[in-house]
Amino acid sequence: MPENPAENLNEERLIQRVCNGEHELFYELVRPYERRLYAAALAILRNEADAEDVTQEAVLKAFKHIRQFRAEARFSTWLIQITVNEARMRRRKQHADLIDPIDHRDEEGNYVPQDFADWREIPSETLERKEIREKLGQALSSLGEKYREVFILRDMQHLSIDETAKVLGISIASVKTRLLRARLMLRDLLAPGFGGNWSSRLTFEKGSKPW
Amino acid sequence: MVVQCEQVWREVSNYLEGDLNPELRLAIEQHVRGCSRCTAVLDGTRNVVHLYGDERMFDVPLGFSYRLRHRLEETTSSRKRTALGWVVAFAVAALLLASFEVARSSSWGWPQLRNRLAQSTTSIPPNMMVVAADDGKVFHVPGCRYIHDKAHVRTLTAGEALKEGYTPCVRCMKQYLSAAALAGFADAETASAAVRASEEE
Repeated sequence: MPENPAENLNEERLIQRVCNGEHELFYELVRPYERRLYAAALAILRNEADAEDVTQEAVLKAFKHIRQFRAEARFSTWLIQITVNEARMRRRKQHADLIDPIDHRDEEGNYVPQDFADWREIPSETLERKEIREKLGQALSSLGEKYREVFILRDMQHLSIDETAKVLGISIASVKTRLLRARLMLRDLLAPGFGGNWSSRLTFEKGSKPW
Repeated sequence: MVVQCEQVWREVSNYLEGDLNPELRLAIEQHVRGCSRCTAVLDGTRNVVHLYGDERMFDVPLGFSYRLRHRLEETTSSRKRTALGWVVAFAVAALLLASFEVARSSSWGWPQLRNRLAQSTTSIPPNMMVVAADDGKVFHVPGCRYIHDKAHVRTLTAGEALKEGYTPCVRCMKQYLSAAALAGFADAETASAAVRASEEE
């Protein structure tokens, strides 16, 4: 996400030019975020084909409504918002009759961590391994939808708590509660692997103790 | 201030967000130092945030960017076309109207032909003698080598032939017309003689 002023300026200029009819420049605006948008759609829909289709739809929608973009929001946040809305709509259409059972758990009750495996440090290089990324993806998929959404926006897309609340249309307090639970649940799901199984395999593979 | 494990678990997310008052923050840090379970929870949660926040988590399928770009290009170019569409549609409509007007107006004569050979059939002298086959569609100058059925031709005037629905042979009639136009021949015999002469050349 472009945080530095130069890139933001560039983005502003590009938006202006697209509005003035240089439509072919729109992809340049989207390109830095396309992977994130896909990740957001995938995390909500849990299906690659749907996620790709929804990402495309969202980008087309953003293009059609570019004039409605207001500079008080970040362009990336605006894109993510459109993508999340599209993904939610698609999911609702697909699962109109299905109810996520996890969503019915009491949100206010305290979540008690179940696993206390020692998971001190993790080298980021593990992310180079596709299987690790898949494990993380599977763990995320297993969360209830409302936790998944908050976690994706805050911890993967790096939206602020405020922005997350706005995009999802929920209160800041709800964002915080769900975020806490999402993080703790993911830790419970991943700690056994990172605390033991996966690291021992890593030790075996690399011939040194990774953590 | 002393906190229990449950309170640490409740605040672990806020702690990582830096969203705690200094007093509570300090109390949690003190507790975690002496509690292996809370250390595991705090470290693990921090790792979760760290791992999922990595750019590398954003895996896209092969060809994803290409397909997105392609779909976008389809839309942006078709939108361009619709924007231009009205202009084009108006231009076409105006041209059509203009051409109708031109066609209707009597002041507009026949256009100047580029080729003097391309004369209309009306300039064939009606009393000129031609030949045509009964089951054919075309009449010829006598002696034309493109007569289809030479055994069953009859002789008639060009005017009669046209009235009966025959059309002039594009070969010999063109030649006849050009020869006639050039030499100012009036009768068919000299014309056909000229044709034969020109064919022999």
